[in-house]
Amino acid sequence: MSIMEIVVITLIKIVAILSVFLLSVAYSVYFERKIASWAQNRVGPNRVGWNGLLQPFADVFKLLLKEDIVPEASNKPLHTLAPFIALLVAFSTYAVIPFGPEVELFGYKINLVVADVNIGILYVLAFTSIAVYGITFAGWSSGSKYSLLGGIRSSAQMISYEVSMGFSVGGVILLAESLSPVKIVEAQHGWMWNAIIQPIGFITFLVSSFAETNRLPFDLPEAEPELVGGYHTEYSSMKFAGFFLAEYANMIISSALITTLYLGGWQNPLVDIFHIQGGWAVAMQVGAFMIKIALLLFFFIWVRWSLPRFRYDQLMNLGWKVMFPLALLNIIWVAVLIMVFKI
Amino acid sequence: MLMLTEFGKVFIFILLGAIFVTIAIIAAKLVSPNRPTHEKLLTYECGENPVGSPWVKFNIRFYVVALIFLIFDVEVVLLFPWALVYKGFGIFGFLTGIIFLVILGLGMAYEWRKGDLEWARPHPIPPELDKVLSKKE
Repeated sequence: MSIMEIVVITLIKIVAILSVFLLSVAYSVYFERKIASWAQNRVGPNRVGWNGLLQPFADVFKLLLKEDIVPEASNKPLHTLAPFIALLVAFSTYAVIPFGPEVELFGYKINLVVADVNIGILYVLAFTSIAVYGITFAGWSSGSKYSLLGGIRSSAQMISYEVSMGFSVGGVILLAESLSPVKIVEAQHGWMWNAIIQPIGFITFLVSSFAETNRLPFDLPEAEPELVGGYHTEYSSMKFAGFFLAEYANMIISSALITTLYLGGWQNPLVDIFHIQGGWAVAMQVGAFMIKIALLLFFFIWVRWSLPRFRYDQLMNLGWKVMFPLALLNIIWVAVLIMVFKI
Repeated sequence: MLMLTEFGKVFIFILLGAIFVTIAIIAAKLVSPNRPTHEKLLTYECGENPVGSPWVKFNIRFYVVALIFLIFDVEVVLLFPWALVYKGFGIFGFLTGIIFLVILGLGMAYEWRKGDLEWARPHPIPPELDKVLSKKE
């Protein structure tokens, strides 16, 4: 393949992924509201379009047309930069996550991943760390007490859970012998899913992702009864939409990451059982990837509308005294498994 | 020959994402109204005029947590190379890893024992029934 072809194929993949991703972010907001209404025995959004299906677009246009208020007490450059960082970081992680196997299309061999980076996991961990800056900047630069407290809480929470997240990933790397997400998915062939081999690591990673995305029961940075809106108290218009979309984008990214690392990524055991070949196999594998993400997203939303919020000391205790030792234990467990069974 | 590395693709991805976010924010600036007044630009404090500096003092615990994070996150980075080559080293690799993890666990236990992981928590004193009754008598 010449350089032009590679660039064109890459651009097509990026545009396709970005548009599907943005659409799913918009609709995850809609699904959150619908599931919330089911959980609380209400109807939910049902006015814009059939059953409210056009609601996300109405919301985006509403926010576009709202006045952007930048408080006098705020630090203006950082105040503008913060939602930019939050949203961009949420998008960028998706570049290394594989959503399907290698396929042959129109005579080209195409890998169904934007970039097969050999240190993809480090890239993901690095970018999720940058997300802390977006929220801390927002909290600090708003010039509001609520925002400051929310921002500081958020940074402490995110870095605490990042440690257990990193250690949980260690177990996955032990088995796959690679930092590339593509290789990690390939290592989980058939039913060799990491969630089955190392359930403790799966649980610590799942709980840490809840904390990283600031979702209930860990949504203390924006706990509305005590902090009004937390770090985005002073945001309005498209900048607020930036944070709002970033939260849902992070949820999808976390689901995709959990799927890739622990639930076998695009691996679909049915393809092997029924010996399906060619295009149908690829379609089933990509479909399996999307269904896994959708189920995890539903789980995220389900938890939010079922559980109460933690107290801050409980959150820190859970992170350092439960999740961290469990993640260490998980690494030893995987190391022993490899020693004993030579997997 | 000119090649596009995998990181080049990541760069294009980030670039397109950045362009999209910039367009969204600029578009909002163009179409939205802008009529600021002094009251509108005040910091939100439940309707009252804001009191004092917005950059209030916060709990020193946050700082301690950041320090502990720094130590353990570096250890995560040290653990990854070991995990990558573990399968090829057999019992030697296993023992090395266990020694490393035990030292790490000891550091954790030390911090735990010293109370650096404790967060100031509320100590409610629930009323006891026999005391309430003895007061009445």
